[in-house]
Amino acid sequence: MPLAAVTRDPLDLQALARDLATGISGDGAVATFTGLVRNHNQGRTVHFLEYEAYEPLAVRALERIINEALEAWPAIRMGMHHRIGRLEIGEASIIIVAASPHRTHAFAACRYGIERVKQIVPIWKREHFEGGEVWLEGAAADPDDERAKLAAYRIACG
Amino acid sequence: MRVTVKLFARLRDLAGSGELVRDVEAPATVHTVWRSLTAEMPALVDYEATMSVAVNAEYARMAAAVHDGDEVAFLPPVSGG
Repeated sequence: MPLAAVTRDPLDLQALARDLATGISGDGAVATFTGLVRNHNQGRTVHFLEYEAYEPLAVRALERIINEALEAWPAIRMGMHHRIGRLEIGEASIIIVAASPHRTHAFAACRYGIERVKQIVPIWKREHFEGGEVWLEGAAADPDDERAKLAAYRIACG
Repeated sequence: MRVTVKLFARLRDLAGSGELVRDVEAPATVHTVWRSLTAEMPALVDYEATMSVAVNAEYARMAAAVHDGDEVAFLPPVSGG
């Protein structure tokens, strides 16, 4: 399966982890991150989310993030899949897997990945909540913003 | 020359469509396309300070050149994850 993907299908963490982690005896750790649709946000009761993407650019942005992580932690292998369309409460919206000789780098790469997704991947969520619906808007996406990149790196390194 | 304009999330809702075809005079930049769009739909102008833009599915700047047949996308602040 591709390392970077945007899909309408349910995400398969086991399959992505298996792809990244099999048969490499130098690996000491596989870290995974799964983002879930939560039933509340900012005091509102959430019924479901609808995700929309600019798909070709979103895939490229995920690839870019993986490459950035590889620059920071050269021994890792990493994959990121984001789901779009209607997602119910409790469903996975994103999965990130990082395999590495050392756990520190695997954890850091996962954290870096999700922080950067929120900064630069052209995906939007529409929240359908009790009494209405709204497009959520976070960061103005600028992949060349080195300060944002550094902020993600600092968070990743704890 | 003719360009395809892609709009997403709330920008798409405001415009009433996610894909528009527009004729602009050459030479044009992303900014030229945006100006013609906001002249038609003033509600979009609020996004000028916070949106990102892309040409042919690569992030670009407002000053980037646009050519016949290009796809120009206007992207509100992102909220993936």
